[in-house]
Amino acid sequence: MALKDYIRERFFPHMWCAGCGHGTVLNSLLRAVEQLGLSKNEIVMVSGIGCSARISGYVDFHSLHTLHGRALAFATGVKLSKPELNVIVPMGDGDALAIGGNHFLHAARRNIGMTAIVMNNKIYGMTGGQFSPLTGIGGMATTAPYASIDRSFDVVEIAKAAGATYVARSTAFHAQECTKMIHDAILHDGFSVVEIMTQCPTYYGRKNKLGEAPDMIKRFKDITTPIGSKAKQENPDLIERGVFVEKNLPEYCAEYDKIIERAKGGA
Amino acid sequence: MSRQVKFVQGNEACMEGALYAGVQFYAGYPITPSSEITEGMAMRLPAAGGKFIQMEDEISSICAIVGASLTGHKVMTATSGPGFSLMQEGLGYAIMAEIPCVIVNVMRGGPSTGLPTHGSQGDVMQARWGVHGDHSIVALTASSHQDVFEMTVEAFNIAETYRTPVILLLDETVGHMREKLEIPEPGELPLVERLRTNVREGVNYHPYLPREDGRLPMSDFGGVHRFNVTGLYHDMWGFPTSDPKMVHDLIRHLIDKIENRVNVLARYKEYYLDDAERVMVSYGCSARSALHVVKDRRQRGERLGLLELQTLWPFPADVVKHCCAGKKSVIVVEMNTGQIVHEVKKAVDSPDNVFLANRVDGEYITPPDILKILRLIQGKGV
Repeated sequence: MALKDYIRERFFPHMWCAGCGHGTVLNSLLRAVEQLGLSKNEIVMVSGIGCSARISGYVDFHSLHTLHGRALAFATGVKLSKPELNVIVPMGDGDALAIGGNHFLHAARRNIGMTAIVMNNKIYGMTGGQFSPLTGIGGMATTAPYASIDRSFDVVEIAKAAGATYVARSTAFHAQECTKMIHDAILHDGFSVVEIMTQCPTYYGRKNKLGEAPDMIKRFKDITTPIGSKAKQENPDLIERGVFVEKNLPEYCAEYDKIIERAKGGA
Repeated sequence: MSRQVKFVQGNEACMEGALYAGVQFYAGYPITPSSEITEGMAMRLPAAGGKFIQMEDEISSICAIVGASLTGHKVMTATSGPGFSLMQEGLGYAIMAEIPCVIVNVMRGGPSTGLPTHGSQGDVMQARWGVHGDHSIVALTASSHQDVFEMTVEAFNIAETYRTPVILLLDETVGHMREKLEIPEPGELPLVERLRTNVREGVNYHPYLPREDGRLPMSDFGGVHRFNVTGLYHDMWGFPTSDPKMVHDLIRHLIDKIENRVNVLARYKEYYLDDAERVMVSYGCSARSALHVVKDRRQRGERLGLLELQTLWPFPADVVKHCCAGKKSVIVVEMNTGQIVHEVKKAVDSPDNVFLANRVDGEYITPPDILKILRLIQGKGV
């Protein structure tokens, strides 16, 4: 199937700013779905609120555009009630880890079989450039005009600690790496998290003097390195990319099937 | 075959009613005084082939049932005051996206943490107006376990018929009280199943285009029709719009589909109204004491009657107006500082003849409480 067959052309043009990194994520996602050969009818895209959340409307899957931060809660209902569906949840950093932080932790803890794609641009774009829990100390934002004093979360560390069984990180510069990770995350039987660092030239870039979109994309190449690389040993400030966790643990919906058996008097 | 007879709590009657109605998915979070519903579902639902999940809070509970409803299942959650406050966001979503679901609120004393183990009827207006923005809502209640069972079934039927959330507004007193429940035989109570589209694969299906009768056939997630669901104003495809005409048409549709059916949705019971000089209007646990007073005073020759409301929203104003017409006085009995009484005043011909008999100290309103107020109204002193 051609890539364009996975999108709802009648709803384009999309609403993202020129230079936004979210389009790259959409591209990677669609390529991953294409490689997997999934039927459009067996994919449900559930999203919350924000620039990232609009992805769900642009794809020709079953799509559920929900409330700010609550996407994983809605998705849990979709998945548990119909486990044969592939549930993919694109999220922003604020959506996933500020207002939706609790749902993120508990979806990971349950190891329910769905894929969270955290598009981390370190800012609230749709509401006008306020700082997020990923902005970090020193970051500039419309609600941090004197620079942020809020420490930053680390998406990977949180996902690991909460129990996600597939955790990976890449950036909008590394589009093919993203495709591979999303591909593997969808295949993974359990809760999978893919953090993709994306550029928001309109707010984060402008407020933090990081240049235009191309400058921001190139910067992802410069500030990241593969897990365990020599570069990391020499420069600990580099952000590691790659697959941090990939392990098999009981998946929630499969475990619930055992509950049904027990309740019906078996085992 | 005979009806199965049980001696249960009101919360268990609600759970039994939901199972009878065919609930297939339940998400909830522990909270007094509704936890027995959640516990009962955890025990019974998997054996019935359904799914139960304990979520991390009430916000996620209502979100999860909306998700499960979209895959084609009958869904429910239950909570109480603080949890019901947290659910308002998801409730608004279910209204906007037209998702069938049942939300039980076993009312306790509020505001805030209030009186967790004491009865109250303080959430009546929250049920109507707790969600931000213009909207309408269906809210049912019941005063006995048999009625709790039947109203739970009704809640599912209305939710599926009109593609809307339905609130079941129980109270701690009924929820925790034990009395007899007869489980109806299968088929005894009518059950409404979801209306699904007959549009074939490959033909355009419009999830938000009402038929001539106003109903919107659904298509399950995972089926052959792929569409968008959103809490934003949307077009017939479910895609966001801010087109003024579409916005206007949608808000009118959401409100009219309920408000235009106020008489169809009215559920109530009449006791001794035909020759009554004075009428009590009550609902839920309060209606039990009101009925006791009515029967007691009847034996002494006083012509009292009772209108017990089981549909609170949309408010059955025509029924109230009719039942209260020409009466010397109307006494609204409720366990709050006066919520339904204002609706009754708006509905009747003579609002000056409407009085409130209430109790708001966390204790159950008793027949003597009502009798004292009745005697004051009658000019007989306490």
